[in-house]
Amino acid sequence: MSSVTYDHVVKRYTADVTVVKDLNVDIKDKEFMVLVGPSGCGKSTALRMLAGLETITEGQIRIGDRVVNNVAAKDRDIAMVFQSYALYPHMSVFDNMAFPLQMAHMKKDEIDRRVKNASKILGLDPFLKRKPRALSGGQRQRVALGRAIVRSPKVFLLDEPLSNLDAKLRGQTRIELQKLHRELETTFIYVTHDQVEAMTMGDRIAIMNAGILQQVGTPGDVYDHPANLFVAGFIGTPTMNFVPVTTTDSTAKASGFEARLPQSVPAGKRTLGFRPEALTDKPSADGSTLNMKVDVVERLGSDQYLYGQVGSDQVTARVDPRMKVAPGDTAQLGLDTRSIHLFDAETEAAFF
Amino acid sequence: MTVAAAAQPSAVAARFSPGWISQLLQRYILHIVVIGLTVGWTLPTIGLLVSSFRPFALTKTSGWWTVLTPLQFTFQNYTDVLAQSNLGQAFFNSFMVSIPATVIPVTIGAFAAYAFAWMKFPARNWIFLALVGLLAVPLQLTFIPVLSFYVNQLHWTTSNLEATGIPGLPWVPLWLAHAGYGLPFSIYLLANFFRALPSDLFESAEIDGAGTLTVFFRIILPLSVPAIASLVIFQFLWVWNDLLVALIYVGGAPEVAPLTVNLADLTTSLGQGSNLLTSAAFFSMVVPLIVFLSLQRYFVRGILAGSVKG
Repeated sequence: MSSVTYDHVVKRYTADVTVVKDLNVDIKDKEFMVLVGPSGCGKSTALRMLAGLETITEGQIRIGDRVVNNVAAKDRDIAMVFQSYALYPHMSVFDNMAFPLQMAHMKKDEIDRRVKNASKILGLDPFLKRKPRALSGGQRQRVALGRAIVRSPKVFLLDEPLSNLDAKLRGQTRIELQKLHRELETTFIYVTHDQVEAMTMGDRIAIMNAGILQQVGTPGDVYDHPANLFVAGFIGTPTMNFVPVTTTDSTAKASGFEARLPQSVPAGKRTLGFRPEALTDKPSADGSTLNMKVDVVERLGSDQYLYGQVGSDQVTARVDPRMKVAPGDTAQLGLDTRSIHLFDAETEAAFF
Repeated sequence: MTVAAAAQPSAVAARFSPGWISQLLQRYILHIVVIGLTVGWTLPTIGLLVSSFRPFALTKTSGWWTVLTPLQFTFQNYTDVLAQSNLGQAFFNSFMVSIPATVIPVTIGAFAAYAFAWMKFPARNWIFLALVGLLAVPLQLTFIPVLSFYVNQLHWTTSNLEATGIPGLPWVPLWLAHAGYGLPFSIYLLANFFRALPSDLFESAEIDGAGTLTVFFRIILPLSVPAIASLVIFQFLWVWNDLLVALIYVGGAPEVAPLTVNLADLTTSLGQGSNLLTSAAFFSMVVPLIVFLSLQRYFVRGILAGSVKG
């Protein structure tokens, strides 16, 4: 149980290869923080620096009040779950979980008690004598979690722990992990490239791209108020629509429609962003409508996705499944201007 | 008519489809090739075995494949070998040479390979490259310098070492020589094997609090049993079957000479006693066979299964 602070942390491999650039994040005690971003964005490196598996080029990482830059991995009081699980293949499930405790020279009955306790939480009791190769993917994953739990560390580090599971199991494990977090009352730091995992599990999300932290906030925050074009495009499926516009006062003029902006901005070239669900099959209250030439219709039962052209721009809409529309039609859609975003075309920063 | 004519070509095409051919290859041709190779490799040994049971007079006039006409078996060759040579002592000597000469290079090699595979130190790759380069040095080239170093600098002659009265000491020069000859290969083989182990395991162990030695003994060694077993087989067979190196570093005195030297002494350069060689060769083969059969299951065992990935 402890907070974690990244204070101006830089990771540089060579003079011109910098994978983490000036990272500043405060992770609160008992928080479930998710580091998310595309592959190669530096999120795993950030985690590995905290774990002590990579050196820190510049800046400080603190666990609680202690600076851990020069503390060995084993003395940082952390536990890590690897993407590959990294179970010791020649040891039984029990021995795998007992290993970190044996390394800490714990007494045998205390080891026994802790492993039994963890295996009960994770439902591993029937498998304690088995070798990892005799377990399913989900069971192995739980053993890896168990090995982390037994140490009762201050911070849990999880590096894409779900990516080797099939879709159904991933959904289940997501829920189990959240329960586990609540039961253990420990700080969790979770790295993933999957924005769905980030949105569903994180108390807060830190989005990274190209080594730079883009935004930190609650899932609702980053979804409703993305700080820039990257975050807006990364969070949410299907992705947000981006349309080049020219703004004058509080109107944004695109190739195929005009939208009223909730506030006026300096005139210039901008990018207008709106999520597919901001489009409705009814005209909106303020009369921003757009005519979409529909190319593809996807019916998912609960939703209906329309892919098509508005003017010369490609747009996706998520509308009521009862709306009758066929490929080739021109659909008149309303745009809810309360949930639109405007980004500077140059800096990609959000106006709102 | 037209229907039948249309159907025929497609049936032919199906019979010669690639799937059909590859199945045939896998089922029959592969087996035939493997069986052929096996027979080819074992034929000389079978010939030796048959000859060892034939009367000496017959082996000089006809080939072993004529054994059935007339069928004549004898144990004479085996009883002669047991009677004439100092076989028990030679066996003992061979073990005294082979076991340390296997254990030393495999042990040192495993430690060195761990360092080469998973520790960072300056010039690591260059040193490793130099070691691999040593694999290409013909060992005959080393006899004179090493022997002259032993004799002139250290005064390690067999008689000097025997004079100390310490048992085993006369073999020390041979152990060290075999260790030297075996090390480049054992380091090379083990380092490559260790390198292929998933790095997550080591990182996980590091976080779990395991030090370098603990990682070596509790993680690397148990996972490397197949590689180490193969290496033990290679090194043991090579040392057990070696004649030249043993002859050069310990000489032919019966109290220290291994089995191979002993066997070579059975026959003269004029071919006298060559009948004993066939049976003696089989005596010497017993141990390598036992070593191989007891360790060979490790060759095929996939011990890493289940460590990573779901």
